[in-house]
Amino acid sequence: MTTQTPQKSPLDYFPTEDEYQRLLDKRTRRGTAVRITFLLMLAVAVVGLGILLYTIIDDSFGIVAVVNENEPEDILAAYGYDPTVTVLSDLNKEQLVEVLAGSISSGVGRRLEREQRFFADRLVFESQAKWDEVCASDEPPSGCGGGVRSKADVVALVEERVIAPDIIDASRLTASIFNPQRFKDKVEADFLTNPDRYEDYTFDQVRFQWRAWFSWKFITSPASDKPEIAGVRTAVLGSIWLVAITVLFAVPVGVGAAIYLEEFAKPTRINDFIQTNINNLAGVPSIIYGMLGLAVLVRVLEPITSGSLFGDGAPNGRTILSAGLTLGLLTLPVVIISSQEAIRAVPNSLRQAGMGLGATKWQTVRSQVLPVAIPGILTGTILAVARAIGETAPLILVGAAGFITVSPSGPFSQFTALPIQIFQWTSLPQEEWRHLAAAASLVLLVLLLSLNAVAVLLRNRYSRRLT
Amino acid sequence: MTDTPDATVVTPPTTVPNPGSGAAESGTSSAQGTGVIETENMDVFYGDFKAVADVTMKFAFNEISALIGPSGCGKSTVLRALNRMNDLIPSARVDGEVRYHGANIYDPSVDPVEIRRRIGMVFQKPNPFPKSIYDNIAWGAKINGFKGSKSDMRDLVQGALEQAALWDEVKDKLTESGLSLSGGQQQRLCIARAIATQPDVILMDEPCSALDPIATLRIEELMLELKENYSIIIVTHNMQQAARVSGKTAFFNVELDTTGQRTGYLVEFSPTDELFTSPRMKATEDYITGRFG
Ligand SMILES: Nc1ncnc2c1ncn2[C@@H]1O[C@H](COP(=O)(O)OP(=O)(O)OP(=O)(O)O)[C@@H](O)[C@H]1O
Ligand SMILES: [Mg+2]
Repeated sequence: MTTQTPQKSPLDYFPTEDEYQRLLDKRTRRGTAVRITFLLMLAVAVVGLGILLYTIIDDSFGIVAVVNENEPEDILAAYGYDPTVTVLSDLNKEQLVEVLAGSISSGVGRRLEREQRFFADRLVFESQAKWDEVCASDEPPSGCGGGVRSKADVVALVEERVIAPDIIDASRLTASIFNPQRFKDKVEADFLTNPDRYEDYTFDQVRFQWRAWFSWKFITSPASDKPEIAGVRTAVLGSIWLVAITVLFAVPVGVGAAIYLEEFAKPTRINDFIQTNINNLAGVPSIIYGMLGLAVLVRVLEPITSGSLFGDGAPNGRTILSAGLTLGLLTLPVVIISSQEAIRAVPNSLRQAGMGLGATKWQTVRSQVLPVAIPGILTGTILAVARAIGETAPLILVGAAGFITVSPSGPFSQFTALPIQIFQWTSLPQEEWRHLAAAASLVLLVLLLSLNAVAVLLRNRYSRRLT
Repeated sequence: MTDTPDATVVTPPTTVPNPGSGAAESGTSSAQGTGVIETENMDVFYGDFKAVADVTMKFAFNEISALIGPSGCGKSTVLRALNRMNDLIPSARVDGEVRYHGANIYDPSVDPVEIRRRIGMVFQKPNPFPKSIYDNIAWGAKINGFKGSKSDMRDLVQGALEQAALWDEVKDKLTESGLSLSGGQQQRLCIARAIATQPDVILMDEPCSALDPIATLRIEELMLELKENYSIIIVTHNMQQAARVSGKTAFFNVELDTTGQRTGYLVEFSPTDELFTSPRMKATEDYITGRFG
């Protein structure tokens, strides 16, 4: 210090006024450049998401080329209606049932009637004696329980069974809006160049009409091998069951483990080891979890996961329960880690305040720490569960059925799930399935968004209570 | 939860002894008569680091005792050792004895939860719960097994807020969040919260350090009022405050030991007027006259 020359003051080490102005300009410019770069990155992300959404929606609606087995106009004309001003649903129920009865075999008719009666006061396909006998049996069909098919239901049956549309080609939304003629020309050209493909039809029979692949009917119809009537009900219900089991398993277990690790565990070697492993597990590919699920849940724990131990169902471990628990295990590390983060973010002063009043550790955690941590816990859980909904690989391993029309009825049911259904449909060659896959993706997105909305609402309710 | 076997002699006295009776003048002698809290050869460590060494002192009943000393000398550390709040710091360890009503609170048979319920604490930084003002106070009573009815609870909350001189300011907004109050109000809320569980001793760690002079005065008045029913131990950097409110003052200092660690120790613990007018130790005199360090 004594060697310092007296003229040198700390100020001399700082830039002069001019230098400072130039430096400031440079710093401002650099800040602006960084800001613009980040904005561009955001734009890339938004565009990417936009394109994704666009492709899905583009495939979910559009003009289709249909050949009907029976034209609705002919049906209407047969009943003396003017086909240009009336539609099928203008017929009354009696007429519609008559149309149906005239077209389908009596075997199919009886099956439909046993599912649900057409009229309360009379039977159409079945004799009264036979009906009474069937209903008196040990397992009476659902039609015996009363209830009558609505007119809308009968209209749908007529459309499906009598008109029996066969979609031979489909076009996309934007193409259908801006250039519908091109699609028609293409179909016509197909008929000329490749007549074998449509051997039963002529181009004159082809009708072009709008179709929403994504519709309420699509969501509520069971799977089918006919794209015209195939729906995703089975898959949607399967996915909902899976999410429920995943959440019921992963959230309590994950949050509990996180509370233990953050609040109660002493920093021993074993606990450090456990922590490290949880962190690593979060990065394990989902297919590995599928293998684990197959080996342990489906095979070893079969009596439990198939429900046969509880006298419920055949000894087959490929059930919703196995798949849900597999997804739960997959989700668990992420739930634990994000819950830990949320709990760690709660200021220590709250713990001190609680303990300082003579509360036990658990009372403090329960009443002071958790309420503050819950919004954060929910955020992490939402992300983890959202990931689980979209998982396909582990489900394939634990035996999701590719084609199944029976809605799952409980945790021991066979099942399929939306991503499986989408995967299935995209692997089929015909154009129509691709549109169905897109519509199913849209359903998956909607399901995801509604689950997220519920979680966000929950989270906001908690956050509001805190401030 | 709060019931522990009778082996732990930490029940508060039914008759509070006369504050004047614990008249141990010297901080180091173990004269006759017990204080509400006594420490004997207490060392506090953080891991291997000895933060304070060999503290022996006796806090009298119904008296305000002040702890003063330079920053980092271990005042907060000592304070936290008195109600086992140090247990919350994983690396902290206490050697020696701390006796509360004659029983060592570091005895393995003692449940720290009960100690903290008897020896309440107000922290340096106001830390109300992110709950309503009412719940801030009611919670402590609830978790400690409050048996009264709803209206009894309301009386308890009101009483605590009145004692903490906060009632008039918050009586119309008891359902609002405790965080919506100003810093000074929050600190008084924390004091009300500490009183509401009916402790025997209240420890305060620089309770006024974030407050303006008016709020500080109100809290000092409050402490003087509370002294009638409670024993209070307060850490403060404000020597005027120590002089205004406390009956006895302990001066802590910090010293480099042979291994280069900065270890705090008790210099002297005397009646406040003596300590400020005729300190027995040179270090104390330097500190209070501002000639320190
Ligand atoms: N949680 C902790 N872990 C490790 N060391 C600690 C911890 N808390 C305090 N110390 C150390 O113990 C010593 C005493 O700290 P303490 O907080 O008791 O000082 P203080 O007298 O209260 O100071 P101040 O007046 O600034 O609040 C300091 O050297 C500090 O670094
Ligand atoms: Mg301190």
